[in-house]
Amino acid sequence: MAHDHPGDDHGQHPPSDMELRVKALESLLVEKGLVDAAALDAIVDHYEHRVGPRNGARVVARAWTDPQYRARLAADATAAIAELGYTGRQGEHMVALFNAPGIHNMVVCTLCSCYPWPVLGLPPVWYKSAPYRSRAVIDPRGVLAEFGVSLPDDVEVRVWDSTAEVRYLVIPERPAATHDLDAEALAALVTRDGMIGTARL
Amino acid sequence: MNGVHDMGGMHGLGAIVPEPEGGVFHHAWEGRVHAMTVASPTRGNIDAGRHERELIPGAEYLAMTYYEKWFRSLTQLLLKARLVSAEELAQGRAAPGAPKANPVLPAAAVETVLTRPGSYVRDPAPQPAFKAGDRIRCRNINPTGHTRLPRYARGKTGEIVRPHGAQVFPDSNARGAGEDPQPLYTVRFTAGELWGEAANPRDSVFLDLWEPYLERA
Repeated sequence: MAHDHPGDDHGQHPPSDMELRVKALESLLVEKGLVDAAALDAIVDHYEHRVGPRNGARVVARAWTDPQYRARLAADATAAIAELGYTGRQGEHMVALFNAPGIHNMVVCTLCSCYPWPVLGLPPVWYKSAPYRSRAVIDPRGVLAEFGVSLPDDVEVRVWDSTAEVRYLVIPERPAATHDLDAEALAALVTRDGMIGTARL
Repeated sequence: MNGVHDMGGMHGLGAIVPEPEGGVFHHAWEGRVHAMTVASPTRGNIDAGRHERELIPGAEYLAMTYYEKWFRSLTQLLLKARLVSAEELAQGRAAPGAPKANPVLPAAAVETVLTRPGSYVRDPAPQPAFKAGDRIRCRNINPTGHTRLPRYARGKTGEIVRPHGAQVFPDSNARGAGEDPQPLYTVRFTAGELWGEAANPRDSVFLDLWEPYLERA
C-alpha cells in the first residue's frame, strides 16, 4: 500500500519534476510498443498487494509450529518456501538463517539493494540507503542499537552481505509464552525487521 | 569498479531513518519506474542494470533517491540499446515513422513471469576448486567494470562455508560478455579479520563470492 502520495495524481500540488519525466518516459515507451501500460499496472499491483512481509511471516510461523517444515527450510529454503507458493524474482536461491540463543543474524546488501522480494516484498528505504549499507557490516551492534536492539556481548552476530543472487530470510526465535497460539496468530507477531534481523521479537 | 556504491565499512553517511511496515512506493511515479524497469526489453540482464546504476557519478549517486537511480539506469539502458533516442526522451514522444514494437511483457503474462521460479545456476558446472572448510583469501583486484567483490573483503582471509554450484558471473555478464558461470561459495570472515582488533571476536560477516575472486590461503 502506498501510504503517501504527495503531489501525485490529485491535482492539489504541481507535479514534481520526476513525476513529469516518468510520465513522459511511460508515454514514449507505450507509444513505441516497448511496454504495455496494463502490464505496468499489474506489476505495481503485484508489489503493492501480492507480495510483502506477511508472506515471510507465514514461513516463519510454519517453521515455529512444524518441525518437519523447519527441517526442510534448513535443508532447501527455496523449495520449502515454494511449498507456500512464494517463488519468483529475487527469491530464486533462498537461504533461511535461524536465530538461536547466542546467535543473531542480520542481512544487508552493501553493494546495492538485494532483498528477498517473494517473501518480504520490496525493501524499506533505509535498507537501500547509505547509512545502513555502509555500517551494517562494520558496526552491526551499533546499527542494532539504532533500531533499539541491544545485544549482550556474548551473543554472536552474523551479518550476511547479499553479494550474489542468494537471498536470505532470518527466522527469529519464537517469543516466549506463545504455546497457545496457532500459526495465524504467530505470523501476526513476526515483523519485517525481525526477518531482516534488525529487530528481535 | 571502486565506486561509491561499494560502501560497506564507510563511516559518516548519516543516521538510519526507520520506516514502518506497510509502505511500498512513496510516490506513484516510483511504482511506474519499478514496473517499467521490470517490463522493459532491457530487463533481461540484471547485472547490466546494476552496473548502470554504479556508473552514475558518485556525488549524484549519493544525492539521488533509490528510484531516481532506477530511472536514470533505465533511460541509459534504453539509449544504449538504441530502443529510444535522446530526442525522443526529451520530447516524450516517438520520432515520426519510428517502428512500433510488441511489448515483451504483456499484461496477461505479468503474474506468471513475476512468480516463475528461476535459477542463476548453470550446468554443466566447472569443477569447484574449493570445498566447505577450505581457507581462502580474496584476491586484491580492482576492476574498472562491474564486480561483486566489495573492497572491504579484498585481501582478506576467510573460510568456505557452503558451495552454491556454478552461477552466472556478474563481472562477465554485466558487460555483455556472456554468463561465464563460475562456482559460487558463501564465505565466512571473522569481524576481526575485516575490521581489526576492536571488533567483537564472536562476530562474523558472510559474503557470497565467485571462485575467480578467491585464492587458496
